[in-house]
Amino acid sequence: MKFDGYNPGNFYDEFFDSSGEPHPWAKLLIERINSLPPKGLSNRQKTAESALMQLGITFNVYKESEGVEKIFPFDIIPRIIDGETWDIAEKGLKQRIYALNQFVDDIYHDQKILKDKIVPREIIESCASFLPQCMGLNPPRGIWCHISGIDLITDDNGQLMVLEDNLRCPSGVSYVLGNRQILKQTFPKVFEAMPIRPIEDYTSRLLDLLYYLSPDAIAEPSSVILTPGIYNSAYFEHSYLAQRMGEELVEGRDLVVHEGCVHMQTTRGLIKVDTIYRRVDDEFLDPKAFRPDSALGVPGLMEVYKAGRVALVNAPGVGIADDKLIYTYVPEIIKYYLGEEALLPNVPTYRCVDEKDRGYVLANLDKLVVKAVGQSGGYGMLMGHQSSARERKSFADKINANPRDYIAQPIISLSRAPVIVKNRFEPRHVDLRPFILYGKEIFVMPGGLTRVALKKGSLVVNSSQGGGSKDTWVLYNQNH
Amino acid sequence: MLCRVASSLYWMSCYLERAENIARFIDVNLSTLLDLSLESDLGNPWEPLIQITGDNKSFHEKYEKVNGENVMKFHTFDMENPNSILSCLSAARENARTIRETIPSEMWEQINKLYLMVKNASLSQSTLHDPGPFFKSIKMDCHLFSGITDATMAHTEAWDFVQLGQLIERADKTSRILDVKYFLLLPRVDYVGSTLDKIQWAALLKSASALEAYRKEYRQITPRNVAEFLILDYEFPRSMIFCLTQAYRSLFSITRSSGGEIHNLPERRLGKLRAQLDYTTIKEIIQLGLHEYLDGFQSELNTVIDALHETYFEPNVLELK
Repeated sequence: MKFDGYNPGNFYDEFFDSSGEPHPWAKLLIERINSLPPKGLSNRQKTAESALMQLGITFNVYKESEGVEKIFPFDIIPRIIDGETWDIAEKGLKQRIYALNQFVDDIYHDQKILKDKIVPREIIESCASFLPQCMGLNPPRGIWCHISGIDLITDDNGQLMVLEDNLRCPSGVSYVLGNRQILKQTFPKVFEAMPIRPIEDYTSRLLDLLYYLSPDAIAEPSSVILTPGIYNSAYFEHSYLAQRMGEELVEGRDLVVHEGCVHMQTTRGLIKVDTIYRRVDDEFLDPKAFRPDSALGVPGLMEVYKAGRVALVNAPGVGIADDKLIYTYVPEIIKYYLGEEALLPNVPTYRCVDEKDRGYVLANLDKLVVKAVGQSGGYGMLMGHQSSARERKSFADKINANPRDYIAQPIISLSRAPVIVKNRFEPRHVDLRPFILYGKEIFVMPGGLTRVALKKGSLVVNSSQGGGSKDTWVLYNQNH
Repeated sequence: MLCRVASSLYWMSCYLERAENIARFIDVNLSTLLDLSLESDLGNPWEPLIQITGDNKSFHEKYEKVNGENVMKFHTFDMENPNSILSCLSAARENARTIRETIPSEMWEQINKLYLMVKNASLSQSTLHDPGPFFKSIKMDCHLFSGITDATMAHTEAWDFVQLGQLIERADKTSRILDVKYFLLLPRVDYVGSTLDKIQWAALLKSASALEAYRKEYRQITPRNVAEFLILDYEFPRSMIFCLTQAYRSLFSITRSSGGEIHNLPERRLGKLRAQLDYTTIKEIIQLGLHEYLDGFQSELNTVIDALHETYFEPNVLELK
């Protein structure tokens, strides 16, 4: 299989420039692939897929019957990012997270940014993820957004832009780590020859973060990962991270609040828990504080948290900062708290809550992507150019009824990268979700999860909507 | 260790042992049938297979005829039968899935591979046309799992819960196979000493993987010796007393004690049951009635499992504190 017939077309391609020449950073890999014997590549793809199946790197497809477990589709051709491009992205991401953390802290304390009318008060108060229970709360070390996944896209000019902030329970990091493990077996020689930045230290950095937040200054605090359980679509990831860190994976029913602290129930009695990396949404965390019908949480947890006797990662209430309407204010937020221009631009976005913007959106639904502000995973979305008149009508009604709940963006032609399709290469659209840890300092994992829209022409990369993934190689700078 | 994790380790291991036992029962039955084809008035050779697992009722609700095809289907792929191989493997795998961070990846991969193999086989029409190699590979894959467990898992508390699940299930299955076969074979006085008789008793031993070990110990096959071997032999790893002795050791490792004193309900109940075996002879057992004895053993064993639940798997929090 060779790249001979590959046509990058009229989009920015991650492998080739507009004249069809390989980008300098992709050249070596392209040469290696072109020199493989026939079937060399498709055999490697098959081996990689069966390795994923056996490792059990699968996700549950809710609608299908038991046993129809699928591997998250994986394409063995990596996506490559050169060092200079990445360094800018890294700086931009650190800046963004640093500012967002200050924003959340401000919102739950003095609300200066609202008083100064940079962000309108109404949109905070009408935000579903705003938790009044968190007002005045001081999380350990003043950090709210410990673990984030910021979705980036590359536009036609090769410019990286922020598409979405995910600050609640962003998932996908286990696929990044798993994909890398598989690709090292798939292309060992290419790894030797190319200066690829390693990512394997992610889990030990995560563990450092959890220890750093422990309320008591003890050398080895006890930290746990709280999962909703085996039927959660990201369950594999929860268990993978627990295993990599050597920490307990617990469900709500394993924890109890006893004498003012959180404990887990073990075969040797109760053991105190210091830090909880929770993968359970805010509203299910504690039936006494939030939804009383939640069976996934721990009754009384919030009281212990407020008293500073347990750390929660990420902090409850942080969802205020990844609301898609708040997203439109992030460049102003960065400027307000840091006095700097945003290094990574936003995608231009229309606020339906704004009368002028709304008028434009309603008149141009067929040219826009409309998104519900509180949803993720590709749900609650209208892709204007592929929609029917009926779908557009239904969205127009929803926007008119609840303008606060919708934003719209022009259809951005995401960059493309080659994917193996039936023994040849075809271009498919990709995005990138880097993972950022905020502990003692802010750490950005080099690369992240490259998601691919596997359907020809599709711009939706979410796994729930037929997306797959690729390994992401960030190269060291040439003078490294 | 989390109580929930202890429970999942136990049940994962128990279900795998059950799947292995069923695969072995069927495999032995298939090869014995080849020898019986000419003289088959010993009753239906598939009948005991539904009695061994105690599932007669649910079988008859669903299948009309007790024949090879139906019994194999019922025991292998029937997801409505909670004790079929596929159901057991699925349950073992679901339990393993909830504790993937606790067990070495090799163990998870082996369970997953075995489950996927049987699941795929269940979708193919031809699997049961040549069943011998299929059941043998299930058996071997289960053994492989035990080997992997032994060689990759730290021999800590978690390992002891895996041991308990396997040993208690194994003791139960050995008692059942002895009970059912003994009962079926013994009344046929006219067969005593005949070729057929020898084949049947040998098959019973094979069903517990015991034939070769038995030969070394006793050489001649007699019903009394077979029963003694499967109940009271201290060295054979599937005898009831062997399983309980090892399980008892695991219980003491869990409480990190020497075994001199009793600390909790599981230790008390299992200790008592094992002591009963220790101080009983096969003569006494046969006098009492083998069936009655084994029946009593099985109910006692169930109370041990109940005790594990109360003490370790779902304890009352306040009592623990």
